[in-house]
Amino acid sequence: MRNALKLVAVAVAAVVVAGTATAQSTADDIAKYREMIADGNPAELYEMQGEELWRTLRGPKKATLEKCDLGMGPGVVKGASARMPRYFKDTGMVQDLESRLLTCMETLQGIDPKLVIDGKFNSGERKTMDALVAYVVTHSKGDAIKVDMSNPKMKELYALGERAFYYRAGPMDFSCATCHGEDDKRIRLQDLPNLTTHKGAAAGWGSWPAYRVSNSQFWTMQHRLNDCFRQQRTAEPIYASEVTIALSVYMAAKANGGEVMTPGLKR
Amino acid sequence: MANPMRIRAAAKEGVTEVRVLMSHVMETGQRKDSSGALIPAHFITELTAKHNDKVVLSAQFGASVSTNPYLAFKFNGGAKGDKVTVSWVDNKGDSRSDEVQVS
Repeated sequence: MRNALKLVAVAVAAVVVAGTATAQSTADDIAKYREMIADGNPAELYEMQGEELWRTLRGPKKATLEKCDLGMGPGVVKGASARMPRYFKDTGMVQDLESRLLTCMETLQGIDPKLVIDGKFNSGERKTMDALVAYVVTHSKGDAIKVDMSNPKMKELYALGERAFYYRAGPMDFSCATCHGEDDKRIRLQDLPNLTTHKGAAAGWGSWPAYRVSNSQFWTMQHRLNDCFRQQRTAEPIYASEVTIALSVYMAAKANGGEVMTPGLKR
Repeated sequence: MANPMRIRAAAKEGVTEVRVLMSHVMETGQRKDSSGALIPAHFITELTAKHNDKVVLSAQFGASVSTNPYLAFKFNGGAKGDKVTVSWVDNKGDSRSDEVQVS
């Protein structure tokens, strides 16, 4: 909260300095501010924890995640998240990073996925998940987004994701497209990427998961999507449920070829 | 025990730049939790940075510093392989010290 206030102060100062500031120069100043804070992204602290958790014996089976197959072979983390969501033969499902990590935690360590699925954000096993995600996504930074859409299941989920994206719901009759379907939209001072275009999807999908300066929290994509539903004032989705993965497939496919900038740093 | 810091130190033309990312809640003592009770203050009060055994920076921190603070500073001297140590103490008496080699 106090961080949010500080940011408002920065933003107000930027507007005052610019006098009759146009929307463009305000955006430039925000970009400058982002550049200034980009050097010390606290997501690195989560990454360090995640790296340790990856190698820690945990769960009833007292095992590490070092044999976890994220689609590049057991234990390969480099480049794995740039290629997710993807279809996994062993589970017969399309999985995003979080749902795949749940599979690994269950099969290798014997940890009940319900602890995460029914948990609360920023606590317990979901917090563990945050750190693991930070660790994995850091190892795709700079790679190109490369999601393989050839599997029919991927196409199926893409279609479902597209429907969910345009599906209006809640007391305000909002869909994702209401905010993310046009260029140059903003909520307060945050630019909203137009996720229906390659450029916008690459900017959005490519920079989440991210550390949020305004609340000092690291947010995974599941957390990000959950909050989109909350802002839509509609029922929040079940963690790692099909609709969340479908929306991820939709965004990732649109973003294909863009740069992975994770972990991002957000206001 | 507090979580580790991430420290990077790089020497260039006789000046060493140190960048430190600390893991700390930095509670001001003025916030309330969901039940309305005050969250007790918990923040770093003192920070010391050493080049080998010589103190190059000593700072007093307070409640106005953000969660997970980031600190960057430069000092004269320092060469590849030298040791840089950063330590902090908070108002609850908790402390943390990490060291890194200058690259």
